[in-house]
Amino acid sequence: MDRSVNLLDVALGFGEHQVSDQSPLSGKVVVIEDCVETSGSFVLHQIMKRLLSPPSSSHSLIFLAFARPFSHYDRILRKLGCNLAAQKANNRLVFVDMLMMKCSDGEEDNVSAVAKLFREIQATVRKLRSVTDTNITVMVDDMSLLEISATNSHHVLDFLHYCHTLTSDSNCSLVILNHEDIYLSLERPAYLLQMVCLADVVIKAEPLASGLANDVHGQLTVLNKGISSNSRNKLQNFQFRIKENGIEYFYPGSRT
Amino acid sequence: MADSIFRKLRDGGEEGELAPALTIEETVASPFALDVSCYLLANLSSSILAGKSKSEGLVLITFSRSPSFYLQFLKQKGIFVSSSSKWIRVLDCYTDPLGWIDQPSTGVTEGSSLVKLHKCVTDLKRLFSSIIDAGRVMVGDGKTRFTVAIDSVNELLRHSSMPLVSGLLTDLRSHEQVSSLFWSLNTDLHQEKVTNALEYISTMKANLEPLCPSSHGKRNALENLFLVHQDFGKGRFHVRFKLRKGRVRVMSEEYHVDQMGINFSPISSAESVIATTKSLLPKVHFNLQLSEKERVEKEKVVLPFEHQDHGKSTEIYDGRRTLADGKTEATPLLSSGELQTDAVSSGKGGEIIYFRDSDDEHPDSDEDPDDDLDI
Repeated sequence: MDRSVNLLDVALGFGEHQVSDQSPLSGKVVVIEDCVETSGSFVLHQIMKRLLSPPSSSHSLIFLAFARPFSHYDRILRKLGCNLAAQKANNRLVFVDMLMMKCSDGEEDNVSAVAKLFREIQATVRKLRSVTDTNITVMVDDMSLLEISATNSHHVLDFLHYCHTLTSDSNCSLVILNHEDIYLSLERPAYLLQMVCLADVVIKAEPLASGLANDVHGQLTVLNKGISSNSRNKLQNFQFRIKENGIEYFYPGSRT
Repeated sequence: MADSIFRKLRDGGEEGELAPALTIEETVASPFALDVSCYLLANLSSSILAGKSKSEGLVLITFSRSPSFYLQFLKQKGIFVSSSSKWIRVLDCYTDPLGWIDQPSTGVTEGSSLVKLHKCVTDLKRLFSSIIDAGRVMVGDGKTRFTVAIDSVNELLRHSSMPLVSGLLTDLRSHEQVSSLFWSLNTDLHQEKVTNALEYISTMKANLEPLCPSSHGKRNALENLFLVHQDFGKGRFHVRFKLRKGRVRVMSEEYHVDQMGINFSPISSAESVIATTKSLLPKVHFNLQLSEKERVEKEKVVLPFEHQDHGKSTEIYDGRRTLADGKTEATPLLSSGELQTDAVSSGKGGEIIYFRDSDDEHPDSDEDPDDDLDI
């Protein structure tokens, strides 16, 4: 089960590119939008596992954790069959614990805090690049926590912009989890929209419109809108069920 | 029609008048302004190279994509740009707009004279002089003119206020060496006032309208993105020209975006309008709402308990002859005191006929008929 390619992998392009070393996500921005009813963090875990597990040995991951400590991810990924601690020791995973990020009152400090964070990431990317020519992914769990703690969402957008430069300069990929419902009450959620504008792939996790179901936990909508993507302007929709050791994906109505 | 925008930009303005300017408007649901910009860039570049354009150079200011993206794109279109190219200059406001990076980026290796890094986006005066300088380096100081392309003003608007940005654009338009100018704008990210102001200072406005149902009124722009379904990448391209005489002309076309870029075609038929109602995503697997047609048809159905007399008022017969009775059904009713079945046999459909026992009973009386019972 875990070797086979599931619907989400196919939607992200992992199925076709297994032969070459180039990641289908390289140079792309993936934004995962979720809400309280349906958390999208499992998508993050799955991409993590896909990047770090053996067939793709040429991947490195820089993980910015705003939401949970390392032990949480370690436990989940172990269930999925991937040892994060070992990957960390191998230098394939760089875990940046942002839980203790201090929010300062001053506007200036805030700018410099985000700028400092970016410089840190950039230095890490350069360091990883100097060792091997790997595909580097920067993952953020989750961006809305940074946005909330920043005094001005513009700084977060600046940070995003700079992260975006990494995708074109160093061919990194950027995977961002973001909570949508924080901004839904706003008439013009500029931060959210800006994020979607930057994205090449938008994955939206939401509950079923028909209400709760026992054996379907929600639906994913994947939109490929990036200009450089192979399956440009393709929209896919499928449902999922979260199980103990993995996720099952299926098209609506096709579950046996 | 996309051609006519290109021609207007290529030909530029007359001497002594403001340079023609184009706003390309996109939304979150139709994020293809970049494709339109690329289309115009490719066409303008080839006409400059062929010497068909009034301007002799192009200054591209990049905000949302790296310069290498555009150079790569032009290469794909068969336009090779090297550091010795004398007709194009790129002002890079993408790589480090706020000066966060200490060392100069090593990402762009191709032609340092071609691509110039601009590190201070917030200072629009400096940006203006950088643009003009870049143009002058290319075409010289004289009367030779150049075209200015800004790939996204959204980033500019994020860093500076609207009056400053529109001031910069107007300054560029009125500069004698600028022959034409275009920029793109995502209208969902800013207040309507900002959009309107930028539209107002431009002579042309190109609007990318997605093929998604917007009949539900103003909804969240993000929801719109997921409503477009398989028609993502298709839509209507509306262009508004302000003509020199003061007239306004609006033209529409269809666009289709694929891997190769954007294609324009004349509006085919009503087919695209029908497309808006079909939906890929089954939001609910059963239908909770009725369409207009279904609603009208539902209202036509006559339920069995409803009177089917087509507008005639219903009366309970009280045994006395009324004017209408005398004409139509008086005879059979009078001939017998029993229940009549004539109405059924005469093919009129079901009917309930009520006969009063006697004249002293009031029709529909409120009296309890059993009040004389002794229980």
